[in-house]
Amino acid sequence: MHKLVIALIAAGCVSGAAFAQTAPLKIGFVAELSGPQAPLGQDQFDALMLLIEQNGGKLGGVPVQIIKEDSQLKPDVANQVVDKLLEKDKVQIITGVTFSNVMMAVHKKITDKGVFLIGSNAGPSPIAGAQCSPYFFSTSWQNDNQAEVVGKFASDKGYKNVIAMAPNYQAGKDFVSGFKRTFKGGTVTDEIYTPLNQQDFSAELAQVASKKPDALYIFYPGGLGVNFVKQFQQAGLNKSITVMSTSTVDGSTLPALRDAALGMLSGTFWGPDFPNEANQKFVAAFEKKYNRIPSQYAAQSYDAAQLLDSAIRKVKGKIDDKKAFHAALKAADFKSIRGNFKFGSNQFPVQDMYMFDVAKDSKGRVSLRTVAKPLVNHVDAYAASCVMKAL
Amino acid sequence: MTAQLALSQLLNGLQLGVLLFLLAAGLTLVFGIMSFVNLAHGSLYMLGAYFGAAAFAHTESFLLAVVAAVVGAGIVGLLLDRFALTSLYQRDHLDQVLATFGLILFFNELIRIIWGPSSVFMQAPEALSSTVDIFGFTYPSYRLAIIGVGIAVALGLYLLIQKTRVGMLIRAGATHANMVAALGINIKWLNTWVFALGAALAGLAGVMAGPIVSVQPGMGEPVLILTLVVIIIGGLGSIRGAFLAALIVGVVDTLGRAFMPTLMRTLFERSTADAAGPALASMLIYLFMAVVLAVKPQGLFPASTSVTR
Repeated sequence: MHKLVIALIAAGCVSGAAFAQTAPLKIGFVAELSGPQAPLGQDQFDALMLLIEQNGGKLGGVPVQIIKEDSQLKPDVANQVVDKLLEKDKVQIITGVTFSNVMMAVHKKITDKGVFLIGSNAGPSPIAGAQCSPYFFSTSWQNDNQAEVVGKFASDKGYKNVIAMAPNYQAGKDFVSGFKRTFKGGTVTDEIYTPLNQQDFSAELAQVASKKPDALYIFYPGGLGVNFVKQFQQAGLNKSITVMSTSTVDGSTLPALRDAALGMLSGTFWGPDFPNEANQKFVAAFEKKYNRIPSQYAAQSYDAAQLLDSAIRKVKGKIDDKKAFHAALKAADFKSIRGNFKFGSNQFPVQDMYMFDVAKDSKGRVSLRTVAKPLVNHVDAYAASCVMKAL
Repeated sequence: MTAQLALSQLLNGLQLGVLLFLLAAGLTLVFGIMSFVNLAHGSLYMLGAYFGAAAFAHTESFLLAVVAAVVGAGIVGLLLDRFALTSLYQRDHLDQVLATFGLILFFNELIRIIWGPSSVFMQAPEALSSTVDIFGFTYPSYRLAIIGVGIAVALGLYLLIQKTRVGMLIRAGATHANMVAALGINIKWLNTWVFALGAALAGLAGVMAGPIVSVQPGMGEPVLILTLVVIIIGGLGSIRGAFLAALIVGVVDTLGRAFMPTLMRTLFERSTADAAGPALASMLIYLFMAVVLAVKPQGLFPASTSVTR
């Protein structure tokens, strides 16, 4: 009898151990998944799931369970879903986060808990600078980068007279100031800020047409960009004015714009036409699974998944050893689909920034084509003010 | 500022105005005649744009897209009236607001499930996709076409309401519903057709706006707010009021956006002006509405007979 009990307990221990082996590693995913900006969050999610599916449900050889939460572009909702992920699901890793205001609302809460946050979109300046944390890594960019590359491009082109247009809110002003930071040799003759909910730009376009600038710099994300580009093209201005943009003509808006966007320029870190092998494989797999060209938001998230994959593999799934896991993340030992990739002192990417134009790809679809690489190994302007704490 | 620029901004204002009129006409009829607050009117606009875009994607014909949008939105309006809203007509305005707000959420989600969260493709017909020269400036021909369609619809509605028997019944039903019913007219059916007509016009506005704006879930809400401003300024239930108020709102809004920032810069220093100009320009029509409400609470052009329930 006594022996039997011991045998039962032993069996229990074995099965318990076996259970611990198979219990998947929980990873929280937070993004905008409803409302007008949902295409961005959806692309982030789809790319993350693509890599996990390619790896047979695993990251770094460990089975993972993704707990998906919609932050609805509302900081208060984001706070609630993050509380749930931290307190109820007890996740050790959270990835995603689409918008900067959401990021600002949840960043401190997550990193203070010692939970790793792998941001795959928003890169607001405080997090790159004074509020940087060892628990935060970005696989996208610091917000200003995408404007700085356009400013540098405009300088290289020798544009003298540029008008800047953006929605009248913080990000709009940040992008315009980022553009001005690197735009040398010419002047921004006018800055036009439109209300965030304004759908029709006819009045502003008539103003722009009458001023005849060399080029226009715009930041109109999502549906606003669709409105702007359609109306710009219908007004016949695409024949006379060069449009340089940030987050306006990208994978999320081009399917709705098609030929209307041809010739427009966009600055960012990655394009679907990058020839490196990792990227070609990613683009082909994404198109096969989701039947659309991946956007930069998908690319950022795929690299976040690859980063996690590499780091979890390095520590053999033991992410409780935070020091080792941090070192494994910092090493960024994976083949980024953007080519050059390493983390700077503030754990944001140090990377090349490119310009793209909208053109037909080899299959006749409207997509982004690489035209220039204005910034090489670019470090963001806030890294200097980040004093990174040791873990 | 040149005369050409001013003229082209005036055209922009007119174009926004007639688009608002297409929406306001239906809303003000339902509001004035049935005393029903329909916040879901913006959803019918969105449905029109989606029906149009779907038809355009299949047939490549803009004309068929317009037909699909008008008929589709009209049928949805008919079904809404018969099945979803019929028990709400006798209820409090607050109940109506809540219920139709629920419909907005329902339609946005439905569209997202069917077409996905991204904008869908829609473009102007080939013949109208370029620009025309008027008095030395270029203007998008598609926007001129919108102005033309809007004015034609306004004229048609005027004739329908003022010169036909149906129009007479609608006018009579608005003020003396019981009397009309007593004369053997099925007032319920009359109201249903008015509702469907309003829905069809919203659908027309949606498909006409499709080539200009992003066709995406939730596209009806910003325009619904402007439409409510229009019918408040114009006077509830008045088609003529809706038309004139829509033009006023379109022109005031456009000219405000166009010239307010420049004007502010001549008055204040650049940084102050850049901050205040756009904000003030976007507030202009709401200020205008507030003034109208204070001075003429019935609206600038109220329906000729007072509306009672």
